[in-house]
Amino acid sequence: MKPRHLAIAIWSIILMAAPLFAFQPPPPGQSEFVPIKELPPSEQLPAAPLLVIAYAFFLALMIFYVWTVWRRLNRVEREIHTLEQRTTRSSR
Amino acid sequence: MFLRTALLVLKKDFAIEVKTLEILVTTLFFAVSCVLVFSFAFVKEGQAPPDAAAGILWIAIAFSGTLALGRTFERERYAETLRALLLAPAPRPALYVGKLLGILVLLALDALILVPLIALLFTAPLFARPLLLLLLLAGGTVGFAAVGTLFAAMLIRSRTRDVLLPILLYPITVPVIICGVRGTAALLESPPDETTAVMWLGILFALDVVFLTLALWTFEPLMTE
Amino acid sequence: MKKSFVPLAVVTALLFVIAPILIARAPYESEMLLIQKIFYFHVPSWVAMYCGLLVCAVGSIWYLFKGNRVADRYAESAAELVLLFGLNGLVSGPLWARKAWGVWWQWDAKLTSALLLWLIFVAYLLVRKYGGPGSEKLAAAVGIFGAAVSPFVYVSVNIWRTIHPKTSVVPDIVKNPAKGFAAPLLVSMLAFVLLFVLLLMVRVYLAAHQDALDELYLAHED
Repeated sequence: MKPRHLAIAIWSIILMAAPLFAFQPPPPGQSEFVPIKELPPSEQLPAAPLLVIAYAFFLALMIFYVWTVWRRLNRVEREIHTLEQRTTRSSR
Repeated sequence: MFLRTALLVLKKDFAIEVKTLEILVTTLFFAVSCVLVFSFAFVKEGQAPPDAAAGILWIAIAFSGTLALGRTFERERYAETLRALLLAPAPRPALYVGKLLGILVLLALDALILVPLIALLFTAPLFARPLLLLLLLAGGTVGFAAVGTLFAAMLIRSRTRDVLLPILLYPITVPVIICGVRGTAALLESPPDETTAVMWLGILFALDVVFLTLALWTFEPLMTE
Repeated sequence: MKKSFVPLAVVTALLFVIAPILIARAPYESEMLLIQKIFYFHVPSWVAMYCGLLVCAVGSIWYLFKGNRVADRYAESAAELVLLFGLNGLVSGPLWARKAWGVWWQWDAKLTSALLLWLIFVAYLLVRKYGGPGSEKLAAAVGIFGAAVSPFVYVSVNIWRTIHPKTSVVPDIVKNPAKGFAAPLLVSMLAFVLLFVLLLMVRVYLAAHQDALDELYLAHED
């Protein structure tokens, strides 16, 4: 093995280890989830609407994204089409 | 060869800067005005919260650092000197190191004024552990400038470089800022919390290693057109 | 690649049909009750986002050092999906938090680090959109740095603040299938990863078309 390769290998190991070295246990404190029950009843929200909103948002987001991709694809294909037509016409 | 090229680039930047001191003076003034603006935001009844000084110090460094990066590379772009440098038969990473050293000198001078100023304005015991503070500042500025120099150099070709530099720089350097701010805040406690500061320092140096390596590794392909 | 698209789409659709049934039938978590059911697609969102982050980083490295256009298309598409799935996680998180913690947003470790990583990939897309010519390389550097910085973002923010349930919650659930949380979680995770792959394929297809269009324009100008 060339020394250059060795140096690269060692260096990449150091790089991999750097985040591990950086990882240190978080300070003691609240580590587990503690539910909030002490809130006054007026502050408590019913769970069902929140849940429905979350799932509906996911659905809407995905549909919207697919729609944007579909629209962009259509536009690109249309442009490709017109360009090709123009080139064939001009070459004739 | 490598080191000599880097030092030559540094010397070139230094020679230009010494003539007018433009970048140094403007960024320093900007940093000081940052400090003032933030003190208006934080000071209540004549007193700032105890660890506000740490945050203000690092924000001022980061903001003025961005300004310095933009200005240095604007100069290179204006005179088309960076292109000439890239054409020279020198190792490209050496050019990067040269520019990085230039930015680091600027930021060090910046910090030299900012730290006493903030210590004075906020009666913050910043000098309680001078060595640790120095190491934190060094680690933080190296991490910030390592990414900043690379991105500013890349953005030289882009029309929207003024906006894109902070947009790219801040999200990526946030861990550096967190380490710097939290480490400095630990030093501001009474008595200074050395173990926490040292822990942040460790993360900071690990970050510096990663940033520097990545920057040196990607500078060459990034700057070839 | 085209050939595998349809069967994959069918499997994904099936999984997305099965998942809600499993989720609905899963037992209530003793503390959080109904709201805990957000969990079954909150966590998979983040899994899909990290998949995108990985694909983007690998694609960026490949493109930067090999100059491979296809890798660049993958990187760009993956970054867009990071944005998408990250947005989903960022929206479903606060909805859950409002019920469980009583606030919409907490400067908690996972929330903050997820937001930061998400921002990096928003920046990636901004560079591509507004960077002008040659911005692909620039964006590739952002992708590489973004991936490299992610463990540090996580570690530093983690030490800074922690109220979020530990990551060990997920392995615990998988290890104890008796509790009845594991099956729906695994199914929806698989569904999300497959959805990610499908969307990636579609988006890469679009990117390839865009590149073809650019080449046509160049040829037309000549």
